[in-house]
Amino acid sequence: MTDVFPPDLIRLIVSFVIVVAFAFTNAAVLVLVERKICGHIQRRPGPFEVGPHGLLQTAVDGVKLMAKQMLVPRNADAGLFRAAPILSFVPPIAALIVVPFARMLQVRDLDIGVLFILSLAAVNVLAILVAGWSSANKYSLFGAIRAVAQNVAYEIPLLLSLLTIVIWVGSFRMSDIVAAQGGFWFAFTPMGFVAFLVYFICGIAETNRAPFDLPEAESELTAGFHTEYAGMGFGLFFLGEYTNMLLVSAIATTLFLGGWNGPAFLTTAGTGFWATVIQTLWFLAKVYGLIVVMIWVRWTYPRVRFDQLLNFCWKILIPISMANLAVTAVWLKL
Amino acid sequence: MTFTFDPSLKLYIYLADAAFLGFVFLALAGGVVAVGAKRLIHAVLGLATSLVGVAGLYVYLGTHFIAAMQILIYVGAVCISIVFAVMLARPPSEAERAPRAGPGKLAAGFGVGLFAALVLGSAVFATRWRAEPTAVAGTLQEVGEGLLTRYAFVFELISLVLLVAIVGSVVLARRGRRPAGG
Repeated sequence: MTDVFPPDLIRLIVSFVIVVAFAFTNAAVLVLVERKICGHIQRRPGPFEVGPHGLLQTAVDGVKLMAKQMLVPRNADAGLFRAAPILSFVPPIAALIVVPFARMLQVRDLDIGVLFILSLAAVNVLAILVAGWSSANKYSLFGAIRAVAQNVAYEIPLLLSLLTIVIWVGSFRMSDIVAAQGGFWFAFTPMGFVAFLVYFICGIAETNRAPFDLPEAESELTAGFHTEYAGMGFGLFFLGEYTNMLLVSAIATTLFLGGWNGPAFLTTAGTGFWATVIQTLWFLAKVYGLIVVMIWVRWTYPRVRFDQLLNFCWKILIPISMANLAVTAVWLKL
Repeated sequence: MTFTFDPSLKLYIYLADAAFLGFVFLALAGGVVAVGAKRLIHAVLGLATSLVGVAGLYVYLGTHFIAAMQILIYVGAVCISIVFAVMLARPPSEAERAPRAGPGKLAAGFGVGLFAALVLGSAVFATRWRAEPTAVAGTLQEVGEGLLTRYAFVFELISLVLLVAIVGSVVLARRGRRPAGG
């Protein structure tokens, strides 16, 4: 048996299945969490009818989405129209394979870990573009154009803020970056804190969430680039968005908040089963803490105007992250 | 590389072969789409597919860094800016067919392609390849050291070219604008 299926291959297949299952579960849970938090922020209970406190709402919604017909508009480019949702949710799931959930819980520890995620994230813009263009709908097209202008702009400070940590550690490898934060976390150093703030703002912008949700601004563009999508096509876009949120928070946790390290004495660097469980719990606690903050921001702040969005990026975030990078580089050489 | 089934070999060797053939197929199929598509946007997406296939070949060669850069720069930046330009030009409902090439042009293109294939093919088959390629070339450290030591001049020259391109695009973009309040 091991002759035909080498252990490493089995390990790879099993971990891919787990990663995909995790991404789907994460999306299902986050949809409910988002609607509940949104509801309570607006002083209403949120979904409440299906199951106790509406806990089964997502399951029902999932069945509804899957049962719905996937309409393709007559003028649309049918092939691209169907391909776009797949293109939007595959890259973030693939990027999860370099995320270190615990010291021993990482599918592949590539020496280009951070770059791997960033290069996959670049494909996401292409998916939005294809979706918006192939729909043959002016709202979709406007949404896609906005998405590109926004994502291309916010990618620059995002890369610069991550670069701050990378030159600090001297490695793109995720495990090296976590190992460098055994004593202190980068978010609690002056330069690291600035980079963390810039990164988190850009992360919210890259996932196209409010206050930066101009590509799908409901009040102006009906639903932006996914206006024409129904059923599971729409569902896959949402799966992609929630997996992207997970990914943004996972990178933030790994690079700025110590990864799977716990605070002070509550930490373990072991490789045993229970050490792995504890590390995973710390990691997930930080990740979901950040996701809750993202949801909180979304339902608290109004949407920005497009010129404000781009000015904020080009005139504030990029200079700050550039200066931060320069200061870090000088400080490291002193 | 052999594609005959040999039961003494392990399965993953065939998997690697299959992956290699898959990437070659992606690169070639993307190229065919890029050349033959009737709509411009299909051509750009074909180009993107082809570039992903090439990135896959880099992975197959063990140079993850170059593969990631290929996707980040070519698919993530170059293709997106092309799509952006195309999209601003024309939505799909108004897309018109590009004029088809006549038999003379087709023959000329075929001839040039055949010539290039012959030259490249004879070069490939005339070269004596080392049987065991060294696995370390192309790692992150080597690329970084190379860029800052041996190829520093080339690196600076390329950045100069890019700077000229940026200045040029700014000049071009400003031409259409009136000064504020003027």
